[in-house]
Amino acid sequence: MQKYSIFNLVKNAFFKDQNWDLAWKDPTPKKEYDVVIIGGGGHGLATAYYLAKEHNITNVAIIEKGWIGGGNVGRNTTIIRSNYMYDDNAHFSEFGMDLWRKMSQDLNYNVMFSPRGIINLAHSDAQMNVFARRGNSMRLNGIDAVLLNREQVKEIIPMADFSENVRFPIFGGLMQPSAGTARHDAVAWGYARQADSMGVDIIQNCEVTGFDISGGKINGVRTSRGDIKVKKIGLCVAGSTNILAEKLNMTLPVETHLLQACVSEPVKPVLDRVVTFGAGHFYISQSDKGEMVMGGDLDGYNSYAQRGNLPTLQHVLTEGIAMMPFLSKLKMLRTWGGIMDMSMDGSPIIDKTHIEGLYLNCGWCYGGFKATPASGWTFAHTIAQDRVHKLNAGYSLNRFNTGHLLDEKGLGTKTWIS
Amino acid sequence: MLHIKCPHCGIRSQNEFSYGGDATVKRPELNKEISDQDWNNFVYNRKSLRGKHLELWQHLSGCRQWIKVERDTATHEIFNTLKANEDIS
Repeated sequence: MQKYSIFNLVKNAFFKDQNWDLAWKDPTPKKEYDVVIIGGGGHGLATAYYLAKEHNITNVAIIEKGWIGGGNVGRNTTIIRSNYMYDDNAHFSEFGMDLWRKMSQDLNYNVMFSPRGIINLAHSDAQMNVFARRGNSMRLNGIDAVLLNREQVKEIIPMADFSENVRFPIFGGLMQPSAGTARHDAVAWGYARQADSMGVDIIQNCEVTGFDISGGKINGVRTSRGDIKVKKIGLCVAGSTNILAEKLNMTLPVETHLLQACVSEPVKPVLDRVVTFGAGHFYISQSDKGEMVMGGDLDGYNSYAQRGNLPTLQHVLTEGIAMMPFLSKLKMLRTWGGIMDMSMDGSPIIDKTHIEGLYLNCGWCYGGFKATPASGWTFAHTIAQDRVHKLNAGYSLNRFNTGHLLDEKGLGTKTWIS
Repeated sequence: MLHIKCPHCGIRSQNEFSYGGDATVKRPELNKEISDQDWNNFVYNRKSLRGKHLELWQHLSGCRQWIKVERDTATHEIFNTLKANEDIS
């Protein structure tokens, strides 16, 4: 594999950039693999990369129905954070923050990680108390958190509406300075390129049609490009989890819902943080190109549409304009939707299943992108060692049976819009 | 915008309704011993498939009745709407 460096950049410029290697190959599926990962999104690609890098398992295939990075890893709003109160979530996502900080060097691919900080806005004394509690919990877990009063928030985001006579006046906010954004496509491509270079087969346009299970054990997977013999399968298919679960005769505590996002036309730099206005189901950041990147809540009913419906978008942008009135002057450039694997308690599942050799990674709700490296790392560990790591022990499938829910924010399949 | 035909009020736009989830889930019978798994299936586990889906909606800004809607989760086509106590024949 050619290293991406200033030296190689200059060298290739002399040949009009005609001599670069392909970033990854387009192999034909082999008859047999040690591990097959279903789903070539961020989590699947990261899992394959860490299987090869941390566990020396390189006879691995990633099977993707469409093209890699065409699902939610290419549809999110690129926010990275670890501002969680519960220990399981805090440890997992802070471990992920470490991987994010090293990612560009680790992958030899510029993922444009930009730790610009995230601010959650508060609108009452009670909410300030709740944020103080969460901030303290974060700091006890070694995560940076700063409680901001109204004046401090005003200094950072002066363009927000600070008048008193509004439904949700700004009382203050909780900031995680080390949170930020990254270039989402680069994350998928960076993991794909490194995984490919270590021998992983990335097989695109290959749909899973069934599973070969006997005696409660995985023996293989049937695909649109032939049957593959394999003892271990990792399922990383986000919004398509329920479809594959049906082929496995499983029902899961997960529903598939639609989440929308949108960007405005590019403008000069105005907002240098990620800001969430949770009470209004609205969050915003500004991309490096200058677009205002905005999103909100689920459309609110089960959906596989991968495109949005206008009432939710209208609600989200109405709230956005209420918080930041200057947005009303901007034209909308693009809106889009992705299908989310919404778990019933709002937290993910990374676990073994009752079928030997079948491993499950799903339930990412609103927070799949930021979890990409930690999810891949822990899922690779779970598959390679056939046991969960302590970082993903809380994300068990059985917690719904035992009542050990991770209901961090009261989010799940039910939205607060409707 | 979905247009949902409330069996009580007629065609109304989606904003008048609130979503209530899978309508095929049945609450286990009262006063009957059931397994944790049965309870788990009722509270948490859902099929949530692509295609036809029978679901509950409440006509919140209208007659406030709960209704059943048969809708395609990929195309959003609505095939049928029923009163809450009616079943598809």
